[in-house]
Amino acid sequence: MEEYICRIKDVCKEFPGVKALKNISFDIKKGEIHAVIGENGAGKSTLMNILSGVYQPTSGEVEFDGKPVHFLDPKAAHAAGIGMVHQELSLAQYMTVAENIFQGHMPANKAGFIRRREINRKSLDILQKIGVKNISPDILIKYLSISQKQLVEIAKAMSLDAKLLIMDEPTSSLTVDEIDFLLGMMKNLRDSGVSILFITHKLEEVLSAADTISVMRDGEYITKLDPKKTNIQEMISYMVGRKEEKSYTRSFMTNVESKDVVMEVKNLTVPGKISNISFQLHRGEVLGLTGLVGAGRSELLNAIFGYYPNVQGKVLLEGKEVRIKHCKDAIDKGIALVPENRKELGLFLKMSVRDNMTIVHARQISGKVFMNVKSVESLAEKYREMLSIKTPNLEQKVVNLSGGNQQKTIIARWMMHQPKVLMMDEPTHGIDVGAKQEIYELIDSIAKEGISVILLSSELPEILRMSDRILIMHQGELRGTLDHSEATEVKIMEYIFDKETAEVS
Amino acid sequence: MKQKFMNKNMRNWLSRPEVTMFFVLLAFCIVLTFSSDYFLTSTNIMNILRQIAVYAILAVGEAFCIITGGIDLSVGSLIGWAACAGAYASTLGASPEVVLLVILAAGLLPGLINGVLIAYVGLPPFIATLGMLNIAYGLSLMITNGFPISYRDTWIHQFGGGYVGIVPISVIVTIVIVIIGFIIAKYTIFGRNIYAIGNSEKAAKLSGIKVKAVKVAVYGLTGVLAGVCGLIQMGLLNSADPTFGKGAELDVIAAAVIGGISMTGGEGNIIGVLIGAAIMGVLRNAFVLLNISGYAQTVTLGIVVVLAVAIDSIRRRREEK
Repeated sequence: MEEYICRIKDVCKEFPGVKALKNISFDIKKGEIHAVIGENGAGKSTLMNILSGVYQPTSGEVEFDGKPVHFLDPKAAHAAGIGMVHQELSLAQYMTVAENIFQGHMPANKAGFIRRREINRKSLDILQKIGVKNISPDILIKYLSISQKQLVEIAKAMSLDAKLLIMDEPTSSLTVDEIDFLLGMMKNLRDSGVSILFITHKLEEVLSAADTISVMRDGEYITKLDPKKTNIQEMISYMVGRKEEKSYTRSFMTNVESKDVVMEVKNLTVPGKISNISFQLHRGEVLGLTGLVGAGRSELLNAIFGYYPNVQGKVLLEGKEVRIKHCKDAIDKGIALVPENRKELGLFLKMSVRDNMTIVHARQISGKVFMNVKSVESLAEKYREMLSIKTPNLEQKVVNLSGGNQQKTIIARWMMHQPKVLMMDEPTHGIDVGAKQEIYELIDSIAKEGISVILLSSELPEILRMSDRILIMHQGELRGTLDHSEATEVKIMEYIFDKETAEVS
Repeated sequence: MKQKFMNKNMRNWLSRPEVTMFFVLLAFCIVLTFSSDYFLTSTNIMNILRQIAVYAILAVGEAFCIITGGIDLSVGSLIGWAACAGAYASTLGASPEVVLLVILAAGLLPGLINGVLIAYVGLPPFIATLGMLNIAYGLSLMITNGFPISYRDTWIHQFGGGYVGIVPISVIVTIVIVIIGFIIAKYTIFGRNIYAIGNSEKAAKLSGIKVKAVKVAVYGLTGVLAGVCGLIQMGLLNSADPTFGKGAELDVIAAAVIGGISMTGGEGNIIGVLIGAAIMGVLRNAFVLLNISGYAQTVTLGIVVVLAVAIDSIRRRREEK
């Protein structure tokens, strides 16, 4: 019996003008969890897309299950036994779980009608096989939580007896518990003989779950690592290509309570979303905001920002109550929001980097009608330099920038506006290690300038490393506040699960 | 190195849809020059320009609607409605000044209603403006009983029939409107907000843009431009007819799309719209000069529109990769 399920030999992939993969060679063993790590743009996704038949390699060969293979489309790869779980969930919202799982190979009778009972029964088998018990095959996808959808994606990938499962950042939108469950499930699959190729930015997960680690950088295969013998420091150094990468620490604020209060939120309520939230934000403070996904954290920021029409409660800025009916009011009063999901809520993808940077502040530096083109241009140029945003020019469409540079573009948008309060919703979601570091440093310097920051994040290490104080939310309520000096991951989790026994998806 | 950079800029510039379409227009004109002796005569050119004028004015408004991610199907029938409303006012004894105001207001009002229905009530633009298409057409039939109203020889007729030297005033009006449209799109906060809304309404709202107000303004503006076209048509024909502009919405949308306005919203150049309108105008003229039957004309126009959009989407797909 072959030792390897998949052997990648000298694979190159060129796009017009870019060499995305340069002579990649490595093997995936049968029944192993093989993690691929690297910064964004390292070529991980391109590689996965070649294995799953989305792209064809420019040169080189892929051997699967002992035979050389050339997949012309994803369907062929799926039929051969390679299942792909995409980063963006690709389920049909108004179809049932079972219909989604059997999408593309629905069993039908002679007259062409779907054998519904059969797909429901088979779906149940597959779900049970991966250890999921509480998802019914005939429920519509739109009623499921994000983590449940993720599980259905995996079931879909497994529906044709996949021997190799490719997972592109499966944990990026999951909470700590859900991640544990998913990693456990991956280990079970591995023990039953399935190989898993798994891309992630979360290095702790790699250490705890992977059997082998491959590091990629700039389209090249850098090295193979053994998770038992390596550590995060070493992984990062291979990923970024610099040996000494010191972990970032900021100097925290002492005596936060003695600083003057910039913003105070009193009994803020959005029916069905958040209830009765009150807290104070001090000058120059970084206030962490965490909790499980769905705890109402983004909703709290959106409510402060005037995004919802039906907000009850008060927001006070520098002691005075402000009426915020529309996001424009919040912006005019000096509140800024870097929203979650930057592609949908933050960026104007078909517009230039310059327009994306200046969309807010251009109003301030222009007359009633005409845009002050010159100052807009010079302001954008100033901030491009200051935040070292990597783009060939300011005319470039923002969609062509890397995730980190896109995020910096949005941060620049608000920095030039000089807000009193800067709220950031998952600002490092889906961006690579190097860019994360830069964003941490940015947040620190913004706070040092005296701007108060609310940092919403699901990643506890990030929260602990950045926040002077931490707010913990659960089920739409504020559960508690911790000072950085007393905060630990365990303490935060204790607040969240205070009154509850562990709830697992 | 410097040389190479220049070439790349040059190539980027050449790959822009409006530039491509300009060369297509040029090619049409060259072919027509050789295949018809009449094409390059000044009478014919003025005819083409007059034809282009109506398309171009409407297409500027339509382009803004499409850039916000919407569409306006009512522009055609608003031409007839505005003209009829003006002529009807004259039968009640209104002075030319009042008639002018009535025509513009008759364009503006349905436009604003479109905007309110779309932005505040939440109707899909397709449905709201389809409804308005019928309402406006029906209203003009009602006030005219279905017959053209004759209205002639006042100073406002100069907009349609007048000349400065050999240049029709309608062409001058068109040029002014296209330039204003271009400036709005490129150099005003309002214009940039229009593009932002077409890219992402939510992101626009989160950037402090009053999305609903901008949409109402865009559809209102489009309505006024339809009114201007009604004024020009009336001036040209010395009467107002409910069938003015009937079906023009499709030609206008075609002109916008040929000019590089993306149907998915959020991008496109107003100068491109002028070129798109010019292509439509030259095509119509070519049909006449080359003696192509009316039935074949319709088929050809359909093919041209589909082809233009196909080329555009292939280009965009290539750009994305």
